[in-house]
Amino acid sequence: MAANLPTPTERFVQGILPENPVYRQLLGLCPTLAVTNGLQAALTMSGAVLFVLFCANVITSLLRNLLKPHLRIVIFTLTIATFVTIADRFLAAYVYQMSKTLGPYIPLIIVNCLIICRCEVCASKQGVFTAGADAIGQSIGFAIALSSIAAVREILGTGMLLGIRVLPTAWPDWVIMVLPPGAFLTFGLLLGAINWYSELRSQKASRG
Amino acid sequence: MKPIQPMEPMSPSMMERLKDNKIIQAWLVLMLAIFFGGSLAGMQLTLGPKIEENKINETRARVPELVLGPEKAAEMEQSEASLAIEPQTITVQKPARSTSYTVFEASAPEQGQLGWVVKASGQGYADKIELLLGLSPAADKVTGIFVLEQKETPGLGNKIVTQEWRSQFIGQETSHPLVVVKDGANAPAEIDSITGATISSRAVANIVNTAVVDLKGPLSAKTSGGK
Repeated sequence: MAANLPTPTERFVQGILPENPVYRQLLGLCPTLAVTNGLQAALTMSGAVLFVLFCANVITSLLRNLLKPHLRIVIFTLTIATFVTIADRFLAAYVYQMSKTLGPYIPLIIVNCLIICRCEVCASKQGVFTAGADAIGQSIGFAIALSSIAAVREILGTGMLLGIRVLPTAWPDWVIMVLPPGAFLTFGLLLGAINWYSELRSQKASRG
Repeated sequence: MKPIQPMEPMSPSMMERLKDNKIIQAWLVLMLAIFFGGSLAGMQLTLGPKIEENKINETRARVPELVLGPEKAAEMEQSEASLAIEPQTITVQKPARSTSYTVFEASAPEQGQLGWVVKASGQGYADKIELLLGLSPAADKVTGIFVLEQKETPGLGNKIVTQEWRSQFIGQETSHPLVVVKDGANAPAEIDSITGATISSRAVANIVNTAVVDLKGPLSAKTSGGK
């Protein structure tokens, strides 16, 4: 059985694009839609997810031989909740303003299905090293997805990126982009574009 | 003394029962809960005071600007002087209920009492708006406002945080309630509303008015009583 499971390198690479948590698996959409009105918030969110996912994956992987099928979800949730609380308190202590901006979305990482999915799919079946590589790969994929959406929304909505003006001042800020509807619009269009592009590539590959 | 008897092997049925016991099955969950709970408690003990300090500092850092005005506050920061800031709570009894305000008394060593900063909040367009309101020692003039927390519409209502809009409040007399007008404020006690965000503008003015009505008496009494 172990022979069929992906190696650490495969896990790592898959998380970034081929199995991107947001664009491919459509997981963790709550933060994807909620905190992508600015690039800085999106990056902080991705950092918090990286920390939580890495710790949760490593702990789950270490405990994987002790897990009982009907109690495994409880243990995943317990582990995730602990690290989310650590991340939340840590942000409140060291980057207070950012922690206020992200508001409830840091505690909500607990219910981010991306993390529980990785614990279930990878960490509860494979070794620590693979689980760690998987966590980092998936988190990079998550960060890429979040920052791509956030960059589009911030530039079109405010004409600025990370506080630096990128569009001319004549740009009429599309305020709707930094409002909730902007998240759905941007995400939908980017998702469509990525699907269209991979369709195109697979057609080329099958022809050529 | 009786020799110690070797323990009898556990009967198979007993083993079965232990294995089926829900509590024993959950030993890992229980151990993890204790271990994680302990580490979280430890972390809270280390980081808790720092988080509290952040919350207080956020308010305190604004006090000089609100009491002295932005220019003098910048000057003071350069000369590395600082104000003595003393927090206190004032409870105002109203017919329906009583409201508590956190009030900071700002004073400097040579000049004595400089003014008050009041934390006030009220309903905005989207969510609660939390303000800091600077008042003169006798509470007869507004010396500045600052928005601590708001979730107003980005691009419209959230302009209440801009220095430009907030500066209209500086110097307003508290003898009359402030009124929000749409077509350019020119009379005293008039505040220009933000285009497209009349509700947010009114909400801020209302919070200021309510706080002034509630606190004018207590604050001026404290100032004159102290002298």
